[in-house]
Amino acid sequence: MIIYIPGDSAALSVGADEVAAAIAHLAPTATIVRNGSRGALWLETLVEVQTPYGRIAYGPVTPEDVASLFDADFLNGGQHRLALGKTDQIKWLANQDRVTFARVGIIDPLSLNDYRAHGGLLGLMNALELSSDELISEVTDSGLRGRGGAAFPAGIKWRTAAQATSDQKYICCNADEGDSGTFADRMLIEGDPFTLIEGMTIAGIAVGATQGIVYLRSEYPYAIATLQKAIDIARADSWLGKSVLGSMHSFDIQIRVGAGSYVCGEETAMLESIEGKRGVVRAKPPLPAIEGLFGKPTIINNVLTLATVPMILAEGAAAYKARGVGRSLGTQVFQLAGNIACGGIVETAFGITLNKLINTYGGGTLTKRPLRAVQIGGPLGAYFSTDQFETSMDYESLIAAGGMLGHGGIVVFDDTVDLAVQAKFAMEFCAIESCGKCTPCRIGSTRGAETIDLIIQGVRVDENKKLLLDLCEVMTDGSLCAMGGLTPMPVKSAMINFPSDFTGAAR
Amino acid sequence: MKYSPFSQEAALGLLATLREEKGPVLMALQLMQKEFGYVDKACVELIANFFNKSRADVHGVLTFYHDLRTTPPTEHQISICVAEACQAVGARSLEKEVKAKFANETHDAYCFGNCALGPAAMVDGKIIGRATLAKIEVARQ
Repeated sequence: MIIYIPGDSAALSVGADEVAAAIAHLAPTATIVRNGSRGALWLETLVEVQTPYGRIAYGPVTPEDVASLFDADFLNGGQHRLALGKTDQIKWLANQDRVTFARVGIIDPLSLNDYRAHGGLLGLMNALELSSDELISEVTDSGLRGRGGAAFPAGIKWRTAAQATSDQKYICCNADEGDSGTFADRMLIEGDPFTLIEGMTIAGIAVGATQGIVYLRSEYPYAIATLQKAIDIARADSWLGKSVLGSMHSFDIQIRVGAGSYVCGEETAMLESIEGKRGVVRAKPPLPAIEGLFGKPTIINNVLTLATVPMILAEGAAAYKARGVGRSLGTQVFQLAGNIACGGIVETAFGITLNKLINTYGGGTLTKRPLRAVQIGGPLGAYFSTDQFETSMDYESLIAAGGMLGHGGIVVFDDTVDLAVQAKFAMEFCAIESCGKCTPCRIGSTRGAETIDLIIQGVRVDENKKLLLDLCEVMTDGSLCAMGGLTPMPVKSAMINFPSDFTGAAR
Repeated sequence: MKYSPFSQEAALGLLATLREEKGPVLMALQLMQKEFGYVDKACVELIANFFNKSRADVHGVLTFYHDLRTTPPTEHQISICVAEACQAVGARSLEKEVKAKFANETHDAYCFGNCALGPAAMVDGKIIGRATLAKIEVARQ
């Protein structure tokens, strides 16, 4: 008898450990697997039972529901008010196209047997048969672009690092997922950490790097623990170490934990932080791929970028590229967050409309009040109004609409939101998190928050709006990195799309 | 959470475990805080000497990162996420409520990656979803 109870921190946050303890108490002989989350987070704690007909789901289960689940004979798939039928037939999940997240929620995150049984390590084994050039071409051909938000073609970055000559190269995985509304990196690491390790190993082989580093934020203690265990298992299995799966390649991974700084998600600030310094942004060039960590050629990719590579090597570039639209190829792991009824992970090909994500998948607001705004792409992303709901969710369409996809987080707000207050928060957040290196970001953010405050109070509104737009232009053009450079995006989009909130009259 | 009392000997013993690390200063400060609950003033000079850095280098790192503190922590530590996704479901009013009751031990945080089940909080290292003052009080016990 196998019972799956997620150990993902989102599930833990609503009592999964307590549910697991209650079930273990009443079914002492059952095997309880602490899987990752399926990503339907409003159904957490989602308990699944392995039956001869497949996995049957119940959710959201609270510790108080456990006794009645046993009364209903749920271990044999019995009927209960929380019964959801077969997990893979839950419409919300069945309609998705899970590629990067194919195994998350299905397997035991720390079982190599499970991992191999579900297609794990196929990509790495294929990679070991290829030359560096062939391997990088496969990644380039897949159309995979950086999922951290910058959307730079992964293959081109890899090629640059591969061509650099050096006694040491590094693969740095950026797991400093600081954007509010994003949690895909965390869920992948907690639910299928071997995929990330496999992707990093492939990247190491491709460019000739022997050391990988995962920069993982301190706010994710559960992910840190899971990934460390997975690295230890991979080492014991002679996957990581002197001879990767018996090959001539050597590769190992170390975790470096962040210390609560948002700007350290910016790639050069991250390098400084890994070097143990203040997380102050570096000027580019030199590109990190040529002169990165400790001055050595370094590939920096987001968790999702690296975690997608194994599938590309396992199934081929063509299979990945067949998904998506225009230059946005493959799938995107969208994250529905904030005031949303059915929040969680929606992985699907690029090109789905915002409306479909928010309404068909998300089911509207949690509060059942009218939806008023969505912020796409984290704290530096634009606020969209419901007029823009037919926008296609791909890199180019979102830029054309005045926004950006970022890391794929979508935060929903109901009609109680005041966009002037949100715009002010964007500036305040920048003031708190700015590394301080360049003036437009360091000083501009504070002046920006003050100016928006004056607009909110109704002081010389037109004059201050003009001043604010001028400041935004300076920050956009004059900042060294995206922190100061993109903080104007939520501010300006709020002003343009929600002008009634910037009239100085209290909402 | 339980921490050891600070001593130079214990600190030096811990720093020795980082001897082989490249770029060890931030790791060293984090290790001090993990062991002693905070970074004692004396650590700046200890770390500087041990890794052949200037005290200014170490002080600079210590003061840059929000996580690092230079005074012993309160017995309980409550962090409330006040980033956008949690704001959208009432984090600001939760923050006020919690601070009214536990002002000394409550800190703002920006994102625990629990953005579909907000407001999110972390109480003594345990994550809380759909957080309320009542849930936080229970977790704090």
